[in-house]
Amino acid sequence: MLYREAGQFKTDYAADQQIFPILQDRIFVFGVIAAAFAIVPAIASEYLYTEILIPFLILSLAAIGLNILVGYCGQVSLGTGGFMAVGAYAAYNLWLRVPEANNLVVVFLFGGLMAAAVGILFGLPSLRIKGFYLAVATLASQFFLDWLFARVKWLTNYTPSGSVAVGDLHVFGWRIDGPADRYLLILGMVVVATIVAKNLVRGHIGRSWMAIRDMDIAAEIIGFRPLRTKLLAFAVSSFFIGVAGAMWGFLRLGSWEPLAFDINRSFQILFMVIIGGLGSLVGSFMGAAFIVLTPVLLNQLPGWLGVNMSTAMISHLEFMVFGAMIVFFLIVEPHGLARLWAVAKEKLRLWPFPH
Amino acid sequence: MRLGKAALLGAAIAAAGLTVAASAQAQNEQFIPGLVYRTGAYAPNGIPFANGVADYYALVNERDGGINGVKILYEECDTGYATDRGVECYERLKNKGPTGAAYFNPLSTGITFALTEKAPVDKIPIISMGYGRSESRDGSVFQWNFPLLGTYWSAADIIMQHIGLKEGGFDKLKGKKIALVYHDSPYGKEPIALLEERAKMHGFEFMPLPVTHPGVEQKATWLQIRQKRPDYVLLWGWGIMNSTAIKEAVAVGFPREKIFGVWWSGAEPDVRPAEGGAKGYQAAMLQHGSGQFGVHAELKKYLYDKGKGVAKWEETDEVLYNRGLVNAMLGVESIRTAMKKYGNKPMTGEQVRWGIEHLDLSAARLKELGFDGMLQPLKVTCSDHEGTRAGRIQQWDGKKWVVVSDWYQSDDKVIKPMVDAAAKKYAAEKKLPVRDCSKES
Repeated sequence: MLYREAGQFKTDYAADQQIFPILQDRIFVFGVIAAAFAIVPAIASEYLYTEILIPFLILSLAAIGLNILVGYCGQVSLGTGGFMAVGAYAAYNLWLRVPEANNLVVVFLFGGLMAAAVGILFGLPSLRIKGFYLAVATLASQFFLDWLFARVKWLTNYTPSGSVAVGDLHVFGWRIDGPADRYLLILGMVVVATIVAKNLVRGHIGRSWMAIRDMDIAAEIIGFRPLRTKLLAFAVSSFFIGVAGAMWGFLRLGSWEPLAFDINRSFQILFMVIIGGLGSLVGSFMGAAFIVLTPVLLNQLPGWLGVNMSTAMISHLEFMVFGAMIVFFLIVEPHGLARLWAVAKEKLRLWPFPH
Repeated sequence: MRLGKAALLGAAIAAAGLTVAASAQAQNEQFIPGLVYRTGAYAPNGIPFANGVADYYALVNERDGGINGVKILYEECDTGYATDRGVECYERLKNKGPTGAAYFNPLSTGITFALTEKAPVDKIPIISMGYGRSESRDGSVFQWNFPLLGTYWSAADIIMQHIGLKEGGFDKLKGKKIALVYHDSPYGKEPIALLEERAKMHGFEFMPLPVTHPGVEQKATWLQIRQKRPDYVLLWGWGIMNSTAIKEAVAVGFPREKIFGVWWSGAEPDVRPAEGGAKGYQAAMLQHGSGQFGVHAELKKYLYDKGKGVAKWEETDEVLYNRGLVNAMLGVESIRTAMKKYGNKPMTGEQVRWGIEHLDLSAARLKELGFDGMLQPLKVTCSDHEGTRAGRIQQWDGKKWVVVSDWYQSDDKVIKPMVDAAAKKYAAEKKLPVRDCSKES
C-alpha cells in the first residue's frame, strides 16, 4: 500500500537512470542518511559510537571493497586483512613522516592508493588462476603482508614492540578528538565511498566486471580485456579496503599491531560479504551489521535480561548461538541477507493484498 | 506472524530486565571492572588469575565490608585475549557504578597498548602489573599507566643477571648464543630491545625466534634451535605456547635447565602438560611464587569455609591465583590511599590515579595484609610507576616450583636511559605534554 511505484512516471533519461527509481526508496535512503548525520549525534552514547557504529561503518566499507572483487568480479580473495594493513601502515607512515600531510582525508586516500598498488600486484596471478586456486594465492599475500609489517622495522618506526600509535588528528583544520567527530568523519567517507561504488558497479565498468564473473571467455570474446578488467577490480577493491584499514587503525584502534589485520580479519570480512549477499552493496552493510553486532548483543543479553551467568558461560553461549545463526541464515537464504531484503520489498509491494 | 509475536515478547522482557537492573544499583559502591579470559586459547592461564582477583575482592567485602565501608562492585567481561574485544569490554564497563571504573587491569599487553590511548581521555588509570609497555613506567609521560612490580625490561634483565651470575660474570657471556622464543605480539616483542642492548654490552649473539599466535606450532622454531645450539633459551610465551615449547624442547633434546621463562611462563599450567619433561625448567618470578601465605588463611575463613570461593581450595596456592590476589590487593590499597586524601566514598578514576601514584606499602603493612613472603615493600612515585624492580628465579622440580635464587634488582643503569629515550619518542610522536615530576608532591 505504502510501497508501490504506481503513478510514478519517468519522462526523461535522468529520472530513469537514477540510483533509486522508486520514490519511497529515495525517501527511505535519504531519511536514513539524514538521521545518521543529524539525529544520531544528538542521542548516541559513547559506547554506541565506539563499539557499535564506528566498527560497523568501517567494516561495511571493507565489505563493499571485497564485494566489488568477489561479488561483482568473481575473484575470490582471502587477502583482505593484508590489504587493510597496507592501508593502515601506509597512512601511518605518511602521517608520521610528512607533518604537512596531517589531514586525515589525504592520509586515508594515500593509504587507499598504496593498497590499490599492492592489490594490483597480488591481482596479477588472477589472470592465470581461478576460483579456489586464486583464493590460495591471495592467502599467500595475507601471510606475506603480515610478515612484512611484523619484520620490517622501518614501517613501524622502530618501536620496540612493533605497535604503532597515532594522535593529534586533523581534517581541514577540524580536530578529530571525541567519538562523535570520528563517527561523523567515518560516516562522511563511507557515504561518499558508497556513492562512488554504486556508480561504478552500475556503469560500464561494473558491467565488464560482471561479464568477467559470469563467463570470462565469453567476456573476452565480446571485447572486454581480462587483464585490465580484473586488475581494475583488484585496484578498486583494494583501494576501498585500504581506506577502511587506515580508518580502522586511526579512528577505531588508535594504536595497533599487525595482529589487528591477521587472517581472521580476512575471514571476518569474507563472511560479511557471503552472509550479506554477493554482488550487493546493501548486503555489505547488512553482513557487516550481522557479524559486528550479533556477538556484542549476545554477550550482553544475559546481563540485560538480569540472568546471572558466569562469564565463561556467556562466552560459550555467544559462540554457539552465533554459529547456529550463521548456519540458519545460510540455510534459509543462501543468497544472503540482501536477498531477504529484496524478498521483503517484493512482498511489501503486494501488501495488504497478496495473491 | 507467530515469530513476530515471539520477538515482541522477547523485546518486552528485555526492556523489563533493563529497568530492573538499572534500579538495583546502589550509590555507595566502588565499581571495579575485570577484563578476564575464561575462554579461548589462553583460558588455562586466564582462569586462575581471574579467580584470584575475584576472591580477593570478595574477601574485602566479606571481611571488612568493603574498602573503608565502601563495598566493591566487581564485574567481569571476557576478552578472550583479543584486543578488539578487550576494547569493547572497556567501553562497556568504564562508566558503570556511581563513579565509573576505578581502574582497569587489561591482562594483555595488546589491550594495554590500545587502552593507553584511551586512558588519558577517559581519566581512568591502567594497572598493568608485570606486563604492558616497558617505557610506561615513566610517569611524566605515561600519567595513567602503572606497570607495577616490573616491566618486561626488568624481567629480561633479571634473567640475564641470573645467567651472568651462573656463568661467573657478564664478561663470560662473550661469544655465547642466547635465543629468545617469543609470542609474536607486542607482549613477546617487548624484551627484544633490552636483550639487544645487553648483547651489545656483553658481546653475546642474540637470536630472536618468533612464534605465531596461539603457539601450538613450534616445530620449525625448535628445529632451528637444534641446528644453531644456543647456550640459553629465553621463553616469552603465554597460555598453550609455554607447555608446547617445553614439549618441543624435550623432543629436540634441548636441556630444560638452560631454558628461562618470563614470569608469565612460570606457572603450573605451563609445566604440568609436559609432565616429567618440564623438570629443571626455570622461570623468573614476579616477586611472589606459589604456596599459601597469611592471606590464604583469611580466604579460607571468610570464603572457602562458607563455600563462597570461586576456585577449588586445592588450587589457591598456584602461581597465577596468587598473582590475581596480588593484583587485586594493589588495586584495593591504591583506592584506600586515594580515600585518605579524598574521603571514604567511591573514588573516581582520577582520584584512584592519585592513589596509585602515592601507593606506599611497607613491610609492616604487607604483613598486616597477609602478603609477607609474597611481596617486597614497594613505593610508587611520579617518575617511577613500577614501584619496585625486584625478582627471583624459580625452578620446576617435577611437582612444584622451588625458588632457586636470591633477590635480583634489574639494573637501572641499563634500563633508565632506554625508558627515557622511548618515553620521549612516544611523547614527541603523539605531541603529548610532559609533566615535571620534581614539582609533584
